Amino acid sequence: MIEIRNISKWYGSFQVLTDCSTKVDKGEVVVVCGPSGSGKSTLIKCVNALEPFQKGEIIINRISVGDPKTDLPKLRSHVGMVFQHFELFPHLSIIDNLRLAQVEVLGRGREEAGEKGLALLDRVGLKAHADKFPGQLSGGQQQRVAIARALAMDPFCMLFDEPTSALDPEMINEVLDVMVELAQEGMTMMVVTHEMGFARKVANRVIFMDQGQIIEDAAKEEFFGAPRSERAQHFLSKILNHC
Amino acid sequence: MDFSSIVSALPDLLQGMLLTLKLLVFAVAGGIALGTLLALARLSSNRLLSFLAGFYVNYFRSIPLLLVITWFYFIVPFMLAWATGKMHPVGAFASSLVAFMMFEAAYYCEIVRAGIQSIPKGQVNAAYALGLNYHQAMRLVVLPQAFRKMAPLLLQQSIILFQDTALVYAVGLMDFLNTARSRGDITGQLHEFLLFAGVIYFVLSFIASRIVLRLQSKLAVGQN
Ligand SMILES: Nc1ncnc2c1ncn2[C@@H]1O[C@H](COP(=O)(O)OP(=O)(O)OP(=O)(O)O)[C@@H](O)[C@H]1O
Ligand SMILES: [Mg+2]
Repeated sequence: MIEIRNISKWYGSFQVLTDCSTKVDKGEVVVVCGPSGSGKSTLIKCVNALEPFQKGEIIINRISVGDPKTDLPKLRSHVGMVFQHFELFPHLSIIDNLRLAQVEVLGRGREEAGEKGLALLDRVGLKAHADKFPGQLSGGQQQRVAIARALAMDPFCMLFDEPTSALDPEMINEVLDVMVELAQEGMTMMVVTHEMGFARKVANRVIFMDQGQIIEDAAKEEFFGAPRSERAQHFLSKILNHC
Repeated sequence: MDFSSIVSALPDLLQGMLLTLKLLVFAVAGGIALGTLLALARLSSNRLLSFLAGFYVNYFRSIPLLLVITWFYFIVPFMLAWATGKMHPVGAFASSLVAFMMFEAAYYCEIVRAGIQSIPKGQVNAAYALGLNYHQAMRLVVLPQAFRKMAPLLLQQSIILFQDTALVYAVGLMDFLNTARSRGDITGQLHEFLLFAGVIYFVLSFIASRIVLRLQSKLAVGQN
């Protein structure tokens, strides 16, 4: 489904990513963790070409992301993405946030898009808020709307970049619950997060990054059992104590 | 002071005000449209486009409006003749309108550009991530938010434009001020007419700037 082959990326002379390779198979959930500044966001943004990369290749469903001939808007419309700061469009109502890309990109009718939007809002428990504006919702509610907005495009995989790290602690679980449910339904997911409880519950593999490199890429049991690298052990002990 | 002849001049003055407002409305609409295109060009990753737009803006911000108005009065008929091969009489109104649009676009451009730059990068990324292309992201996500944020400044600039329309006396257009001046001359009550015109400009600009204040406080509350 998603194949990342030897990706390297530079900001000027500063190398953010060094020779990163991994893959996410259909129906798999892969969690990416690592210290701040290690390049997790950069890597996940390379997957849907929000960031360009200079070396290597990323293949999604047999389509090469870095190929200049690739129709990026079309590719991205099939790859859902959820951001740390929600990024709902503040000038549009909740239902219009869900409708916008369905109508403009997929060419669905307003009514069909609205129905689809309402069904997804219902699924994340926010149908009653359809006509409100993003500023009127709590952080946790906004993030659930953002997930629904991505799902409205019928994506074949979903990318999450620290979806709960901007939330107050009491709102984290309402978002994680939605994500767990999604994972259990078989959605292919690549998730940057430090929520190890989530990783334990649904991840197939865990990737640990440091200084732009993938240090560890292991099955969940293996990773939590005995991470091979010292840095991953150190990182893990720090965040697990923290929780 | 004798204000008696102002009453009989009211229909003429109203005509003049209509011309002023017509000039204003078209110049604001055209200026903002052209200014927005210039802002997009300035922010474009195409170096040449961005350089040309930057040059345009800096050029028009460095010369007096009065010069542009008189200059266009003489040059627009020639440009049309060059483009169509025939000499067209253009008239002072059309040439002044083009002058205002092109001059004000330079100022509107800078306002819109600041507005676009104030929208967080994450909003653009979210728009792209949903599959919108550049034009859709701009039209549906970035510009609506930028205009909302910049509405008070755009209106402020338009109030300045309202006052600047009086410069069309230079090409002989009978706008509000020029009508008042000419009627004052004829009736020998120039002081009274100018005083009256001043009051009218003040009242209209004052009302408009109150609207700007209202808008500003409303936007401040509406932010999340
Ligand atoms: N536009 C940019 N220009 C230059 N350097 C950048 C840019 N964006 C990110 N970086 C640098 O790249 C490195 C990786 O950033 P990235 O955001 O991918 O880290 P991260 O692992 O997501 O960290 P966090 O946990 O804080 O989100 C950091 O050192 C950051 O300073
Ligand atoms: Mg990050």
